Amino acid sequence: MGSVTRIVLQRLGLGLLTLFIVSIVIFTAVNMLPGDFAEAILGQGATPQAVAAIRHDLGLDQPPVSRYLEWLADAVRGDLGTSFAQANFASFVGSDAGAGMASVADTLVPRFRNTMFLAGVTAAIAVPVSLIIGVLAALYRNSVFDKVANMATLTSISSPEFFLAYILILFLAVLNPWLPSLSNIYDGMGFGERLEKTMLPALTLTLVVTAHMMRMTRAAIINLLASPYIEMARLKGLSPMRVIVRHALPNALAPIINVVALNLAYLITGVVVVEVVFVYPGIGQLFVDSVKIRDIPVVQACCLIFASAYILLNLLADILSILSNPRLRHPK
Amino acid sequence: MTNISRRGLLRTGTAAGVLAATGFPLMAQGKRGGKLRLGLAGANTSDSWDGRTHSDTFMVMCGFGCVFDCLTEINAKGELVGELATNWEAGAEAKTWTFDLRPGVTFHNGKAFGADDVIESLNMHVAEGSKSAAQPIVDNIAEMKKTGDLQIQITLKNGNADFPFLLSDYHLLMYPAGQIEEAIAKGIGTGMYRVEAFDPGVRFVGKRVDSHYKDGKAGWFDEVEVIAINDSSARMSALLTNQIDAANRVDFKTESLIKANPMVNIFEVTGNQHFTFPMLTNVDPFTNLKVRQALKHAVNRQELVDKILMGHGAVANDHPIGPANQYYAADLEQNSYDPDKAKALLKEAGMDGLAVDLSASSAAYAGAVDAAQLYQASAKAAGIDINVVQEPADGYWSNVWIKKPWCASYWSGRATEDWMFSSAYETGVPWNDTKWENERFQSLLIQARTELDSSKRRDMYTEMQMLCSKEGGSVIPMYANFVDAHSTKLTNSGTIGNTFQMDGSRLIERWWFA
Repeated sequence: MGSVTRIVLQRLGLGLLTLFIVSIVIFTAVNMLPGDFAEAILGQGATPQAVAAIRHDLGLDQPPVSRYLEWLADAVRGDLGTSFAQANFASFVGSDAGAGMASVADTLVPRFRNTMFLAGVTAAIAVPVSLIIGVLAALYRNSVFDKVANMATLTSISSPEFFLAYILILFLAVLNPWLPSLSNIYDGMGFGERLEKTMLPALTLTLVVTAHMMRMTRAAIINLLASPYIEMARLKGLSPMRVIVRHALPNALAPIINVVALNLAYLITGVVVVEVVFVYPGIGQLFVDSVKIRDIPVVQACCLIFASAYILLNLLADILSILSNPRLRHPK
Repeated sequence: MTNISRRGLLRTGTAAGVLAATGFPLMAQGKRGGKLRLGLAGANTSDSWDGRTHSDTFMVMCGFGCVFDCLTEINAKGELVGELATNWEAGAEAKTWTFDLRPGVTFHNGKAFGADDVIESLNMHVAEGSKSAAQPIVDNIAEMKKTGDLQIQITLKNGNADFPFLLSDYHLLMYPAGQIEEAIAKGIGTGMYRVEAFDPGVRFVGKRVDSHYKDGKAGWFDEVEVIAINDSSARMSALLTNQIDAANRVDFKTESLIKANPMVNIFEVTGNQHFTFPMLTNVDPFTNLKVRQALKHAVNRQELVDKILMGHGAVANDHPIGPANQYYAADLEQNSYDPDKAKALLKEAGMDGLAVDLSASSAAYAGAVDAAQLYQASAKAAGIDINVVQEPADGYWSNVWIKKPWCASYWSGRATEDWMFSSAYETGVPWNDTKWENERFQSLLIQARTELDSSKRRDMYTEMQMLCSKEGGSVIPMYANFVDAHSTKLTNSGTIGNTFQMDGSRLIERWWFA
């Protein structure tokens, strides 16, 4: 097990480096966009004096390098700073109102919780469904079922998300009013109601991620079916189902886990479009809003969360595939 | 300037006579009850209850149309009535104004409303370094004096006959004195709905207060929930699937689908919002009046209204005063599409043809680039070669507007003529996006500001609109309607305000469930 710990530490170290690089790239990219927060927030009403006043209040008149270093120094201490929008509002009210000001973390946490809820619900539907369809497709490969399953999932993954979303809205909300098309969940909502409101976006995302996982399951299992030990099992007279679930699946876990992890990361980072269509108050919407007004602290924090999600889930996938493989668990 | 409430009118013995004389129609009476669900565009995560920051539709509706009140209000018919003020009177040259405040009004936290609240609330906008969008309004205030618990006297630096009109601005909300910060944090106002829940950029829930001075005239819903839905397809599908009762900003492209649904109605009004093509009159060739006039006759306005606004608008006449203004001059001679006249005007200017750049971007308004291209096509017939330059939406207002000689822009319009003109047409103001300077216009502007005689003001403002239309630097082809949609479960008095979208942003107060 010592090797696993070493890998974890190594990967976490590399992960931190990745986060650092991501933060530089994002900071540079946002700064290279035309316009800044002051101009974006003032819009048509931007007078040179007002722009200068806001820039000065927010420290935007400092050179980018020193602004980045300042942000980095705070971030290392766990302080992600204050959103420009909030800081700007405070300077309207007067400095003394700054005390109760929401930090980036305060803004992000409820949104992140909502995103995780949506990802959780989606995963709870999508992962079992795609594994089962994958196993069945492997079992009845080249049958009508296999072909239909492949076609259906490939169709859904090839369609743009918003299109799937509107199709689902049409069938499940407009023609048959079973589910609400508006997923405006909020704090203090009961779990049942929350689940109902989250159902349509979760189903949309399920359609998006199923193909990938299902096809990987099917491919990994079929790959193994040619190996001698499976033939041996079959010769012993085991049922095809048992051969696949008991003998083939455990050895196919590593690639499946990898694909599942990748898709879970996608569920956290890539669902902006679905959030917008269903008015789901997740982190993606906040991210897009913040890019639009060049609210760099919020953009940075969102990107760090997205990058961390990828890093951690990939790490988790690697560890799980090591653990699921005795040869890796006990290296010679 | 006393205003008579409808009920008060009916109670008096003269009611029948007055009604007969004015032909004042009896309006449908509202009915209490129900929970209103609105889906609104224009919400931001940076939203708050601070009136100084209100600019987008979500907070305007929740702020001045629901939780807070102003001193005055423009009613659905476009008349100025009292809200927290009951009476006002002007001194000589409209320089001093005395306001009587409404007795017996309390804030949501129980504090009684009085003169101190008004002074402190208005002071929020006056304060040095304040970035309030309403600063141009209150800048003119020289002194505010409490002349009684329920009376204040405001002295202006320069007389302004429209001052009570200006106080109906949605930024000038009344907060409880001494508790303003708390009131901003929690949303404590004198409005008909108290804040139950508020999540910036996500939702607002308001509960009807038990008793209110507008009882019987407004505030029919027991509860309101306003949901932020910035995506227009999501907003429309929420309305069609009965998740919300009304939505703002109908997307013209999906309009036919919405109309096909018998449960949903579209309602629209032509207000002051107008789309413009300002030319910098201090840059050649726009320094030449004939060139400007030629360009005004080289645009097919009706085509723009039909194709860019899909018919949801009206042809405008190169001046910024709209149908929602008091002194809108509807019968001015219309600048029409006339390529021959444009050609002749160019010839008078000593030119054979004209080649100009027109900068446009979707930041100005949706469809601005298409509008510029239509302009290009219609101007070709007049021998004018317009080169449409598509500019990036980011930074448009800082890098293109008032920088490039000719570009696309928009104005949401202002409640009063003076306010509109002094924002963007007065000599030397920062937002004068044409740099147009006209002595006659300037002197009329100053005169009209202090003139209390309404008919004289009408003449002055008509002449000013004429000057803008004939000589001004902005091509203003169209007014854009406010187009909103509601479920047929909702109903209203039959008169819809045209100062803002959604019945003057006061749908929450004015509508009810049928």
